[in-house]
Amino acid sequence: MANKKKKLMQGNMACVEGAIYSGMQFFAGYPITPSTEIAEGCSRELPKIGGRFIQMEDEIGSIAAVIGASIAGMKSFTATSGPGYSLMQENLGYAFITETPLVVINVQRGGPSTGLPTKVSQSDTMQARWGPHGDYAAIAVAPSTVQECHTETVRAFNLSERFRTPVTILLDEVIGHSRGVISLPEKGELEVYNRVKPTASPEEVLPFEMTPNLVSPMAGYGEGYRFHVTGLTHDVHGFSTNRSDEIFPKLDKLHNKILNYRDEISKLRIENMDDAEVAFISYGSVSRAALQATAIAREAGVKVGCIQLYTIWPFPEKELRQICANCSKVIVGELNMGQIIHEIERVLPGDIEIHAKQRYDGEIMTPMQLLEKLEEVL
Amino acid sequence: MATVTKQKSDVVLDYLRPGKKFPSVWCPGCGNGIVMGALIRAIDKLGWDRDNIAMVSGIGCSSRLPIYLDVHTLHSTHGRALPFATGIKFAKPGMKVIVVTGDGDALAIGGNHFIHACRRNIDITAILINNNIYGMTGGQGSPTTPAEKISTTTPFGNVEKQFDPCQLAIGAGASYVARTTVYHTPHMEKMLLAALEHKGFSLVEAVSNCHTYFGRLNRQGDAVAMLNLFKENSVMKGKASKMTDEELKGKWVLGTLHEHEATEFCDEYQKLVDAQMSKRG
Ligand SMILES: Cc1ncc(C[n+]2csc(CCOP(=O)(O)OP(=O)(O)O)c2C)c(N)n1
Ligand code: SF4
Repeated sequence: MANKKKKLMQGNMACVEGAIYSGMQFFAGYPITPSTEIAEGCSRELPKIGGRFIQMEDEIGSIAAVIGASIAGMKSFTATSGPGYSLMQENLGYAFITETPLVVINVQRGGPSTGLPTKVSQSDTMQARWGPHGDYAAIAVAPSTVQECHTETVRAFNLSERFRTPVTILLDEVIGHSRGVISLPEKGELEVYNRVKPTASPEEVLPFEMTPNLVSPMAGYGEGYRFHVTGLTHDVHGFSTNRSDEIFPKLDKLHNKILNYRDEISKLRIENMDDAEVAFISYGSVSRAALQATAIAREAGVKVGCIQLYTIWPFPEKELRQICANCSKVIVGELNMGQIIHEIERVLPGDIEIHAKQRYDGEIMTPMQLLEKLEEVL
Repeated sequence: MATVTKQKSDVVLDYLRPGKKFPSVWCPGCGNGIVMGALIRAIDKLGWDRDNIAMVSGIGCSSRLPIYLDVHTLHSTHGRALPFATGIKFAKPGMKVIVVTGDGDALAIGGNHFIHACRRNIDITAILINNNIYGMTGGQGSPTTPAEKISTTTPFGNVEKQFDPCQLAIGAGASYVARTTVYHTPHMEKMLLAALEHKGFSLVEAVSNCHTYFGRLNRQGDAVAMLNLFKENSVMKGKASKMTDEELKGKWVLGTLHEHEATEFCDEYQKLVDAQMSKRG
């Protein structure tokens, strides 16, 4: 596009822009480094578009308010980091079981506990899958550039609305705080998905109906459909149940409405994989180092490729198996002591060697470190 | 105002949710049912559109109340009813938002949310059913269990100090605060009506009986015996103002304990939005 709006901004602010592009109108949050700029950005921008910003008393209250606002019909989100993400888990479980669309941005920092507040990390990768207690399927996405902060935020909102589920955006401190020039898409350029609303009369609508794609149309409060929402395991009417013939379908629904549609959710970037014998697999800021390392190694004649995961959960296992089919080795780069590598070990066939390059001192992964690892495994 | 006077029981039946199974989860004689009846009658008097009412609760016996009502209902997580309700109210300020909570739900696990909802003066009415114990989990001590009383976690008598929910709310900035008991049902209806009509954060503490645990463990008898205790040990605010602290010891002071006019959170935010949007043109 000729007169596309170019702007220099921080990754965190690109998330705010992406959220607004998606039609988000509600933010509730509690300040925490390195995510605070998202709250600050929302407090500035939301009043200008008739939206709502509220600083809650803690992260438990923040996610609760976001769920309430979403049930009232507004696209809503929050942003936090490690300690705050941990506090949100009980109510995130509530959002899973009540099938409430919302987005949580976790700008990851080092942990456990207060950990490394200003330093980069990817150590909440597994928490984004298994944080709340109980059984459910989760969606998480991870951008690696400022531009992708915008596009992945739009995608996260779309996925949450499409599947009636909370979606986590796993940023890391480096992505959240780095600045870059991004081009802001025009209205209509990116798809924006809005939750399906019921069309039948209130007497006919079951709020948690089993539809063919397992996603029940969702009315907002005050739209003529009076319904009940509870965190107790419930039937299609929304009322709590202890019956096996209602519990099985509910939990299967939470799983299958997502896992049956993996193809729609999976997103990967594949570079130089056609003839690659070795593949770097990474996500978030590490992918930037991996892309550079791939380019340098290719110049030196090494048959290496690069796979970047934009969708972390559900884990894109079918795609990875296909893409890596002709590789003999993969190198998994992560800013933690080994999290997504367990998934890779689970899904790749046993004859592919799996090597790890891990960093957990709060510093970024450099292309040199990945190249050294490459040399070591060749 | 309706011209035909409906029977009280008809009004209650009319607001109960079709399709929701009865009997309720409550023990026969539990005060929660009395609060539910009074709340329904107060709402009916106001003639509010049911589709415009959201009722939010936490976890506990008391928090099961909204489930039976044919309005928008949200049974949330333990202690968190107020922030859930805040999200609904702030997103849709036109809706009437009512919170039903217990002494454990509001004052222990939810204490922080409670004081902040009061401070914000967001237009929500909270009904705190205070039975001085954790009913749902089988009779453990709560922040309002009186000194020396027995619960399953204070088997030798409670050594802790208590919260007075009304004083806490007043101190934190709530703009309407009242206390009533499940014995005083017409009074309860009046207090609820005033709270629902009030613009800003309002709290009604409904002193209630958990005869199953509190009553049994403290030898206070059955539901009727406990209601009699509420009758004997309650003093209306006017009379209480002429009594000494010594005379008021162990008594519940009932009535509108506090009321003041203050700007409301959603209104103030809307002004800010209007100003920002008109700047943009
Ligand atoms: C996070 C969490 N902790 C503990 C519980 C267990 N629990 C359920 S209800 C309850 C206490 C309820 O007491 P109260 O609010 O006074 O309500 P009542 O049952 O007396 O009406 C507790 C501790 C829970 N559901 N969630
Ligand atoms: S346990 Fe107590 S509070 Fe719960 S329903 Fe029974 S009497 Fe009521």
